[in-house]
Amino acid sequence: MLYSTAAPGENLIIRGARVLDPSGNVDALLDVRIDGGTIAELGARLDPNAHRLIQAEGLTLAPAFVDPHVHLRTPGREDEETIASGTQAAAAGGYCAILAMPNTDPVVDSAAVLGSLSEAAETEAEIPVGFLAAITKGQGGAELTGMGELADAGAAGFTDDGRPVTAPGLMRRALQYGAVTGLPFAVHCEEPTLSREGQMHEGAVSAELGFTGYPSVAESLMVERDLSLAAYERRPIHVLHVSARESVEALARARASGVRATGEVTPHHLCFTDEAVRSLDPNLKMNPPLRGAADRAALIDGLRDGTIQAVATDHAPHARHEKEVPFEAAPFGVTGLETSFAALYTHLVEPGLISLETLLQRMSSGAAAIYGVPAPRIAAGEPANLVLLDLAASRRIEESDFKSRSANSWLLGERVTGKVRLTVAVGRVVYEG
Amino acid sequence: MGDIRVMRDDLLPPAPPERRHLLSIADLSRDDVQRLLATARSFARSLEREMKKLPTLRGRTVVNMFYESSTRTSSSFELAAKRLSADTMSIKASGSSVDKGESLKDTALTLGAYDPDVIVIRHPQIGAAQFVARVTRAHVVNAGDGKHQHPTQALLDLYTLQEEFGRLEGLHVAIVGDVLHSRVARSLIQALRLLDATVTLVAPPPLLPRDVEAMGCETSSEIEAIGAADVVYVLRMQRERMQEGANYVPSLREYAARWGVTPERLRPGQKIMHPGPMNRGVEIDPRVADAADALIETQVRAGLVTRMAVLYDLLTTGPIGVKAARLTEVA
Repeated sequence: MLYSTAAPGENLIIRGARVLDPSGNVDALLDVRIDGGTIAELGARLDPNAHRLIQAEGLTLAPAFVDPHVHLRTPGREDEETIASGTQAAAAGGYCAILAMPNTDPVVDSAAVLGSLSEAAETEAEIPVGFLAAITKGQGGAELTGMGELADAGAAGFTDDGRPVTAPGLMRRALQYGAVTGLPFAVHCEEPTLSREGQMHEGAVSAELGFTGYPSVAESLMVERDLSLAAYERRPIHVLHVSARESVEALARARASGVRATGEVTPHHLCFTDEAVRSLDPNLKMNPPLRGAADRAALIDGLRDGTIQAVATDHAPHARHEKEVPFEAAPFGVTGLETSFAALYTHLVEPGLISLETLLQRMSSGAAAIYGVPAPRIAAGEPANLVLLDLAASRRIEESDFKSRSANSWLLGERVTGKVRLTVAVGRVVYEG
Repeated sequence: MGDIRVMRDDLLPPAPPERRHLLSIADLSRDDVQRLLATARSFARSLEREMKKLPTLRGRTVVNMFYESSTRTSSSFELAAKRLSADTMSIKASGSSVDKGESLKDTALTLGAYDPDVIVIRHPQIGAAQFVARVTRAHVVNAGDGKHQHPTQALLDLYTLQEEFGRLEGLHVAIVGDVLHSRVARSLIQALRLLDATVTLVAPPPLLPRDVEAMGCETSSEIEAIGAADVVYVLRMQRERMQEGANYVPSLREYAARWGVTPERLRPGQKIMHPGPMNRGVEIDPRVADAADALIETQVRAGLVTRMAVLYDLLTTGPIGVKAARLTEVA
């Protein structure tokens, strides 16, 4: 279930944009008319009538994005993000729906906590948001949550994101029992005895900088375990924030053998490698860590060929003072909602590593499918979930740019191309920039 | 009494054009290293005189921030600053506001408010020196940040080698022991490679960082590999960094038996170095530590002049990483 404030849909004409919906095979210069929040007509020189006219010549209109992996830090760390600020940040990034992770304080492991969140979202969420619930109580890895009750209360899926379910027996039970909910299971794959104390990817750069390594195998071993369990239990499974080449390969093998496995990848893993950590900038510290060039290449290939279905920001806000420390003392996590398209357009589309169409699909319908969110489409009769993109606009990412309450962006100071000019979510303009 | 030349005004430290730091050997060029070694040599000559104090950094302030215990590094930085007539101030983590939970940023800003010219920092976390360089206006010297870097140790080791062998190019140094946890090893490998020396790392496999060969060194897990080296550089087995139950080696006894540097494992004439403090009987046999071929005390003496050179260089010479116009001789 997705929750947001109820607001009437708007009457809009978006004029003269290149309308690009890769899943609907639309790519033409068109006007789009939106009546009461629903796409009514695509055509040439539509009459504005009483509609608000948005001049969009030279811009690209695409289905709005869906982010399957956001940390809204609520409840518990409202100084870092709230449902309101997080969904405003998402709107600014071109998103029409996001999924929030349950590793809050308290953890979303009961219908009471989940209910308070969905209620809050109905009064303050700028765009629809879904809430995942924990697999184990308190994400403690020992006892299953009341999954049936959580499903009835509107959970979007289950995950212990931020932590692995370490015991294979418990993960198996979760998959078995979870079947009664019909909801997706998402796994944070990390073998903790291999990643222990790890600060960055293990390789030549960590050898030189002296950081304790967080090796690729700490992830891929757990990916293989969870794929094996999913295969054995004949259950679908979603692998969160894939970072290692070996994990992409495991995912491809499992899919080829019929396992209903999906995967997501973050913009930072697609754009940067562990070389960037040489700056010792705490905004380049995240879990899983930035990996090597071969890993990055495998992630791009996997996203292109569909082994990985979705881009997920893993937007992880942190208070400024928590990141204003030496790299080794900083918490893991970086923000991403407001920079994802520009980052990927700059680092993947412009250099020709991936097509704009593929990127748009992986950020929108590809991501929506993971949790059964209806795919945003640009077609008559569909709810208007649209993003208007300026592919020529270039800017430097500054700390003052963000709607998010936190600015721990991995792109601070970087120059990027591609800007969100307008976001329409369920028929309402939620961002103009 | 030897004559002391009063420095002309134009030789006194000018206002630095930009902030320069010594954070990592990776930031240095070969010219930088050679200039620093030459400066250290000239300071060594000046220290042979009866009057050891030089007026060079009079009016300058050097703040030492030590968040980890240290004998030789903290004492030699303090003495180096005093020999150059700078005012010094030393802050230790225990007994300061750090005990009250003050963040590194706030401590650095507080000390930075006195407008020190140089902050020397030793800290258990990687990136601490870079961080202080970002938040203060002082020149920052990294006196050891976690497992990352200890650049002045590497420079004093190069100085020691240069004095002993008269050259660095082509020297073969075997570094033995806990490379994984050693900032000394990381800085030294980079410094030796910068000067075209050959480096072989010898350690139990779990204590060799994965892919460390990319730094331009050979690796071996057999102690016999030290045989070909001109110098055997013995690292301390850092018990305080060996996590409980991490099982890098089964026991210190087994380490000592297989990798301890004993007289039997050395060739006559091989020189021995150790950054200290030593665990006699673990990584180094006491007979080796006390032998005539050990340069360990020379290293300590080199620490003083090298750190004098670093302080002098930061406050007077062209930017680190930029080719020096000429070598600076002082005093």
